[in-house]
Amino acid sequence: MFDLLKKLTGIVGVSGNEEEIREAIIEEIKDCVDEIKVDTLGNLIAVKKGKGKKIMVATHMDEIGIMVTYIDDKGFLRFSAIGGVSRYDSIGQRVKFKNGVVGAVYYEEKLDDMKNLQLSKMYIDIGAKSKEEAQKMVNIGDVACFVGDAVLQGDTVISKALDNRSGCAVAVKAIKDLKKTDNEIYFVFTVQEEVGLRGARTAAFSLKPDIAIAVDITMTGDTPESHPMEVKCGGGPAIKIKDRSVLCHPEVRKLLEESAKRINIPYQLEILEAGGSDPGSIHLTAGGIPSGAISIPVRYVHSPVETASMSDINNAAKLLVEAICKY
Amino acid sequence: MLIKELTELNGVSGNEDEVRKFIKAEAEKYADSITEDSMGNLICYKKGVSSKYRVMLSAHMDEVGFMVTGYDDGLIKFASIGGIDERILPGKRVLVGEKRIPGVIGSKPIHLQEKIERGNNIKQKNMYIDIGAEKKEEAEKLAPLGEYIAFHSVYTEFGDGCIKAKALDDRIGCAILLEILKETYRFDLYVCFTVQEEIGLRGAGIAAFRVKPDIAIVVEGTTCSDVPGVREHEYSTVMGQGAALTIMDRTSYPNKKLVDFMYNTAKNKNIPVQYKQTTTGGNDAGKIQLSREGVVVASVSVPCRYIHSPVSVMNRRDYESCLSLVKAVLDEFSSNENLIESFKA
Repeated sequence: MFDLLKKLTGIVGVSGNEEEIREAIIEEIKDCVDEIKVDTLGNLIAVKKGKGKKIMVATHMDEIGIMVTYIDDKGFLRFSAIGGVSRYDSIGQRVKFKNGVVGAVYYEEKLDDMKNLQLSKMYIDIGAKSKEEAQKMVNIGDVACFVGDAVLQGDTVISKALDNRSGCAVAVKAIKDLKKTDNEIYFVFTVQEEVGLRGARTAAFSLKPDIAIAVDITMTGDTPESHPMEVKCGGGPAIKIKDRSVLCHPEVRKLLEESAKRINIPYQLEILEAGGSDPGSIHLTAGGIPSGAISIPVRYVHSPVETASMSDINNAAKLLVEAICKY
Repeated sequence: MLIKELTELNGVSGNEDEVRKFIKAEAEKYADSITEDSMGNLICYKKGVSSKYRVMLSAHMDEVGFMVTGYDDGLIKFASIGGIDERILPGKRVLVGEKRIPGVIGSKPIHLQEKIERGNNIKQKNMYIDIGAEKKEEAEKLAPLGEYIAFHSVYTEFGDGCIKAKALDDRIGCAILLEILKETYRFDLYVCFTVQEEIGLRGAGIAAFRVKPDIAIVVEGTTCSDVPGVREHEYSTVMGQGAALTIMDRTSYPNKKLVDFMYNTAKNKNIPVQYKQTTTGGNDAGKIQLSREGVVVASVSVPCRYIHSPVSVMNRRDYESCLSLVKAVLDEFSSNENLIESFKA
């Protein structure tokens, strides 16, 4: 599982630029599903055919990052955030473009008060000596992700983009471990979640499933002086009750809880005060779709050092298989 | 003069009728059929030679403005419709309702303001619109509760190709689309004039749901901040430097292949083009992109300084660049229809 996670987290797949991560996932699952489609916005839809219930499993494959908006005469880049990028987390980080160019993110040193730090006062240094040299390396509109290679330490994994490559890894594992079932299962690896739950909406519209289960990450309340939250790393996958975008359908929550009990894995209940997720747009689409989610507890969400527990990720895959095959 | 006529019409969001009637009369000369949907979007259909694909063009008819919310004797209290910087309001002229009753936006005179008031911006809640009425009854008669109010601004040409007007956002897009409607293409063309963009992109999603386009291009008037006090990397667009292509904004991520194609088409045809360098704001593309199973979208805009004010300023050359670019791109689609399919992921 860690090898898969390392592979998936290592790919640059910023929202709207999911081509490479999509290809990597197709490579992993192509022999295990009945059909693979890519829709207009770029969602990857892998189908396991059946005559039973129609289930959508949504895992977003995009990650947060930055987009180049301006190149100055000295070759420094100005940029916009794609998704919820913390200005403070970004300082001193490396970013990596699809073509391999790496840059250092820093801020204008004249800044007198850190509270006034805005993205417009930050820049990326790719070591170019001039605008012309920089333009040979990157263009306006190019995107980059933050650098944070995956490492495993005991049961703990630290990496960039655990949001939501860990969810993708869970779905890939579930595809490989599927049990016998009549259900028709649509594994949708969605695009543009981080910029407004966009891909899930159009995919749900075209599939019109009976229910939808997302696999995504959630925040935790188990770090020093953290915002109070019941979820903790290593406590098992979380079953979402609500976040800012959705109140999960009781039927889906029940399905997930009963599945977890049946296979005897630890689980937690997630009430996320900030943030939204794909079920937020799915449940309001095409006349309404009962939706819920399995969430992997992750610390330091949207930073290059996202931290999770491998046992939670493994158990999430087991829970997903049980739920979609036994529904 | 289409731009003059269009910008001097009043069409605050939700009250686009005057604009719709004008556009309908113009569009009827060229469209094969025109549908007015339940929200008030105007969908002008032009049948193509092959009809294999459906291309949607979209510009919004509505503009920012105000609504009557109450009275203080004969003076009118009002709410904004759409994003308006309240600091620009005192001293501006407005027109109230269909009868275009003239009014001015007033506030407490400076010599009567407390010291603390002088140091702060006047809040909109402390402003009023004076239509010359003395009594509440009189004001109510001329400007009933809920009546729409538009900025008053006379279309003016000045400098080297510059135009000052209100509502350039997005009557300039409407003007471009009316020109486009004159041509015939291989694909089916749906030229949509949408409602209620300024208050949440409301009309466009409904129009796109009906049209089911394979591809959509939104034509806009967008922000232009090439002015003193703004550093070059914070300029959203530069006036006079051509059609502005959106790379991303808060509501949409335009199709990269389509944006590249449009940029290269402009370069090949020597049409001035620029990227919009900021990623704030949003437009109808956001709703169109997410319609049904998803739509390939792009946005191209005419830079407008002082947008959302009665003194928006644009350059005619940018209008021409924008029009030429949209035409050139549609011509390319016409001569190679498979292009349309190629933008999908």
